[in-house]
Amino acid sequence: MTTLLDVRGATKRFRGLTAVDNVSLSVSEGEIFAVIGPNGAGKTTLFNLIAGVMKPDAGSITFDGAPSAGVPPHELCRRGLARTFQIVRPFPELTVMENATIGAMMRAADMDAARAHAGEVLRRLDLWDRRDARAKSLTLPDRKRLECARALATEPRLLLLDEVMAGLRPTEVDRIVAILKDINREGVTILLIEHVMRATMALAGRIHVLHHGATIAEGTPDEVTRHPKVLESYLGAEAL
Amino acid sequence: MNPFTLLARLVDEAPRRALVLLAVLVAVLLVAPVALDRYLLSVFFLIFWFATVGQAWNVMMGLCGQLSLGHALYVGLGGYVGAVLWVKFGISPAIAIVPAVLVAMAFGAAIGWLGFRFGIEGVYFALLTIAFAEVTRIGFDNWSYVGGAAGFFIPVTAGGGSAINLRGGPLLFYYVALALMVAAFVICAALRRSRLGHAWLAVREDPEAARALGINVFRAKMAAVIVSSAMTAVAGVVYAFYQSNLFPSQSFDIARSIEMILAPIIGGLGTLFGPILGAFILTPLGQTLIALVEKIAGRAIPGVNLVFYGAALMVMIWFAPNGIWPWLKKKLGIPEERS
Repeated sequence: MTTLLDVRGATKRFRGLTAVDNVSLSVSEGEIFAVIGPNGAGKTTLFNLIAGVMKPDAGSITFDGAPSAGVPPHELCRRGLARTFQIVRPFPELTVMENATIGAMMRAADMDAARAHAGEVLRRLDLWDRRDARAKSLTLPDRKRLECARALATEPRLLLLDEVMAGLRPTEVDRIVAILKDINREGVTILLIEHVMRATMALAGRIHVLHHGATIAEGTPDEVTRHPKVLESYLGAEAL
Repeated sequence: MNPFTLLARLVDEAPRRALVLLAVLVAVLLVAPVALDRYLLSVFFLIFWFATVGQAWNVMMGLCGQLSLGHALYVGLGGYVGAVLWVKFGISPAIAIVPAVLVAMAFGAAIGWLGFRFGIEGVYFALLTIAFAEVTRIGFDNWSYVGGAAGFFIPVTAGGGSAINLRGGPLLFYYVALALMVAAFVICAALRRSRLGHAWLAVREDPEAARALGINVFRAKMAAVIVSSAMTAVAGVVYAFYQSNLFPSQSFDIARSIEMILAPIIGGLGTLFGPILGAFILTPLGQTLIALVEKIAGRAIPGVNLVFYGAALMVMIWFAPNGIWPWLKKKLGIPEERS
């Protein structure tokens, strides 16, 4: 399998604090890869480095064979990397359809094609019935799915999901897990940053565990959950 | 896409009731001059003119979310370029519109570049627009070639009219401004549906999210200020020839900048009908008040209409904080505009 995203020794410091400390990981085309870790482990900072929001202080990031560290987000999106936001950021005054259309228009030949593609994506994410509602009137689960729909509409090769399951009820989590699996089967590589273990275990082929900004384990869900360092950081040393 | 298919599609997808309303309005306005005297023609000229510049300003603020408080700059620049080329070189305003627009666009681009490249946002960007208008005013005040502070005058040609050179009476300007208002509406309606229009909306709503969806935020903002300044400059040329005089202290005054943005704010920011509705409400009320005060006080009191506008703004924001058009649309049962 070819490598789609390659992070080598990425480091990001905020004054005294090393938020991401020499992290290396590599995501292959077609897989679902998860990054997990307790609060403050550096997940979101790592995510921001990959998404082009911040530049690493050291190390390199390669997307689709070309260096991507410091490339602005709109350029990365053009290259095929789409992201969602942990705290969802729909365009509140615009309709669900308009939100998705804005995502779709980057690759569409014209606005009709963009609208048609947006419609398809909304159907897949069970938002078609809400297409004329303003985004601000949606419930949280709907907004989370709109966030995914908008990113998917840009037809990414790699979809970065920042805690899309957080705050959802288990039935909602199952629903979004099913949708993501479906999307992945069609060839979209997914990198998720998650807190919700249930979803991560159900989705990811490989899991990368961060703690205090550094890698402590990487492997299949089974391997990772048995890893002593993971148990220690998640459950506390006393539990062992 | 040629303009006719574009127009057909705009008509096709707009809400029926809004269209009927619009067709009736335009038809009435086309024949209205038979019943209007010179004074009323000039009031309507002002309505159409303020609707036009309101629409232009709305491109920047309503669609793209960038606050400009210096739009008088583009009116003044357009006006001066048009007037100077006509008076000093005999170039018809029909042609001078091109350099007038280009000059305004260059200033717009300069302000936009400075503001957007260096991340000056919100009220700070607004301050930048005021500063540019003020500096330009001072520049024109001291530029003797164009008359300096004493002003620049377009001679009124005796006996008549030459429509193409914008020399004529209130009737000519009535139709010219009506055409401007309709053109500005059609342009904005087309922009609202276009790729660029959607990029503007995304930037207005959330620049960070827009960026993540592949939108070049800097470019989108630049396009907004350039389009807006160009449209405003066209209106500026017409206004200069309507007034036949230009003074830096009026042309680039912040009071004019403020007056220009009231109609879209009161009518409804970011809507297509808002600037028109706002102008139809504010301008006649302001003119009535000026006339009334003149009768009561025995003399004109400058700025009295601005005081009134301020009060009207407060009342309307109290009752319809999103503007009158969104409120009226609900009352009339017109559904949301589809993208």
